[in-house]
Amino acid sequence: MTNIPQLPISSWIDKLVDWLASFEGFFNGVTNFIGGIINGFQWIFDLLPIWLFMLLVVGGTYWLTRKTKHWTLIIFEIVGLLYIWNQGFWRDMTQTLTLVLTSSLIALVVGVPLGIWMGKSKVFETINKPILDFMQTMPAFVYLIPAVAFFGIGMVPGVIASVIFAMPPTIRMTNLGIRQVPADLIEAADSYGSTSWQKLFKVQLPLAKSTLMAGVNQSMMLSLSMVVIASMIGAMGLGNKVYFAVGRNDAGGGFAAGLAIVILAIILDRITQAINRNKIPKS
Amino acid sequence: MTTKLQVRHLTKIFGRRIPRAEELLKAGKSKAEILKSAGATVGVNDANFEVNNGEIFVIMGLSGSGKSTMIRMINRLIEPTSGEILIDGENLTSLNKKQLLDVRRNKMSMVFQNFALFPNRTIIENTAYGLEVKGVDKDERLKKSHEALELVGLHGYDDQYPTQLSGGMQQRVGLARALANNSEILLMDEAFSALDPLNRKDMQDELLDLQENLKKTIVFISHDLNEALRIGDRIMIMKDGEIVQTGTPEEILTQPADEYVEKFIEDVDRTKVLTASNVMIRPTFINIDKDGPRIAMRRMVENEISSVYVVNNKREFVGVVDASHVMGLIKKKERKLDSVIQTNVPTASPDTPITDIMEKISSTPIPFAVVDDKNHLLGIIIRGAVLGAISGNEVVEND
Repeated sequence: MTNIPQLPISSWIDKLVDWLASFEGFFNGVTNFIGGIINGFQWIFDLLPIWLFMLLVVGGTYWLTRKTKHWTLIIFEIVGLLYIWNQGFWRDMTQTLTLVLTSSLIALVVGVPLGIWMGKSKVFETINKPILDFMQTMPAFVYLIPAVAFFGIGMVPGVIASVIFAMPPTIRMTNLGIRQVPADLIEAADSYGSTSWQKLFKVQLPLAKSTLMAGVNQSMMLSLSMVVIASMIGAMGLGNKVYFAVGRNDAGGGFAAGLAIVILAIILDRITQAINRNKIPKS
Repeated sequence: MTTKLQVRHLTKIFGRRIPRAEELLKAGKSKAEILKSAGATVGVNDANFEVNNGEIFVIMGLSGSGKSTMIRMINRLIEPTSGEILIDGENLTSLNKKQLLDVRRNKMSMVFQNFALFPNRTIIENTAYGLEVKGVDKDERLKKSHEALELVGLHGYDDQYPTQLSGGMQQRVGLARALANNSEILLMDEAFSALDPLNRKDMQDELLDLQENLKKTIVFISHDLNEALRIGDRIMIMKDGEIVQTGTPEEILTQPADEYVEKFIEDVDRTKVLTASNVMIRPTFINIDKDGPRIAMRRMVENEISSVYVVNNKREFVGVVDASHVMGLIKKKERKLDSVIQTNVPTASPDTPITDIMEKISSTPIPFAVVDDKNHLLGIIIRGAVLGAISGNEVVEND
């Protein structure tokens, strides 16, 4: 057995990374583009006074849950955001929020069309499934190394690593949602002479919407779980605070920042779920 | 009479090795042999028929007979393996994608067994679907959809969602969606099979009424020979993907083509002896677990009747109360009906032949209650209906 030479996987990958890194122009373009989105979000959050930000969150929640009147959530939001402000984490929180929103946005814009394609093509689904498994199970740290090579350090590689890790649920759930549309509804749409686009936008996507949104919610939660890892390559935010606390063996500081992440996660999760509430009455 | 739809040598084979299966089919091998040696299933084999302008053409067969495949080949939801489908002389099988869309949008509309309404769209949006994909502008769309809903007797439900409607009403929407398109051909795939017997009969009557004015060409799939005989101008019977016989109901009944058809008709002849379910009408009933004397009285006044049937929360039949007793309770300010329920009501099952009921019905003042094997109240039989049915008249429904 010992005579069989070791497969030079690692050197192949290194060569591939080096070769890819030579497309500097392309990666700079992507970096600038994503950097633009990040700066846009951050600019808005920096512009908003704390009280207005809180008002928007609470007001938005109130409006989204106007039928069920989710008072406990609203109280939780007020208390939670006040805690973050009180601990001096406000700007870190908005940076983390920026990272999460940017990754979720990219996951949505890239993932949904891929999911639709998978939903419509058996071949593409078969090819894609193992790739998605790979993206989700490969330890996230591994993405960081080439991400730095391609995109430098800072928020952008953090976003890229988050997207790779967090996008699969959006793709999978979109695929699932499209495939779950009952066959007779597809037949009905076809029999009345719908084009594939009409069928997609009038029947398949509206019926897949709640499954799709569950995927987006999952993507958002997963990208939030990446914030500490992303901070290792210079992404700012609450993750950074936790990472520093680890380095300084500061249990209290780490816990305080971790709690802020939990609060942000719960607020994001409940709000996206409220958006997803089905508006069609059940009989 | 002109021919609207012509089907020539239409064949559908499902599976992978289709050329091989076609060869075997030409060589006259049976369905089972082809499945064994080519692994392919013959859905429809060399079907030839014509449908005339303005007739209701019923394709009849048991499950697996190829009738669903047949109707789906007519609008090419299923691509035929070989053969031709001609509508007004135009061959559908040679159309490209764009032309096929045009035919589906303008020439034919389909009604589905399980309604296939879009749950995310309101009733009016469902009805307007065909017009919407055609690009008809909104005002026109709404106008035509309202007309179609009016035709099937549904108004005031525009902004409801399909799940809020009963099965019968949902299928009316399905029919309205097809009518709104104003296409000449209606394809109805077991359109009434998912409805309960009373609703099914209503819908059949309604379709016949509509047809008198609209004169559509209707291809109707059914597995129920009674339904076929009732609504079909002509009937085509299929078995194992092949056409066994095509003819008017009279021809099918009097000159069955082979043993298979004969066996079918025997069944009908047996059921042609009227049963309780054929003559029953909708009962007025109250729920003993919920309703008191005042509600009972109201129901009677509303419906101009002197007694009302009583069921419990599980819809199980309990008995009957009559007006004079209920009046007594109301005077005594009683809240419960239990004391005056008469439980000695004659009952029948839906399959009880009318002849069995005849003898008893003349000697009892209370209508028969028709209950199923779970004791659920399905309908009631009044004397007049039985006499009407025997004298050959249609049952008049007074609901």
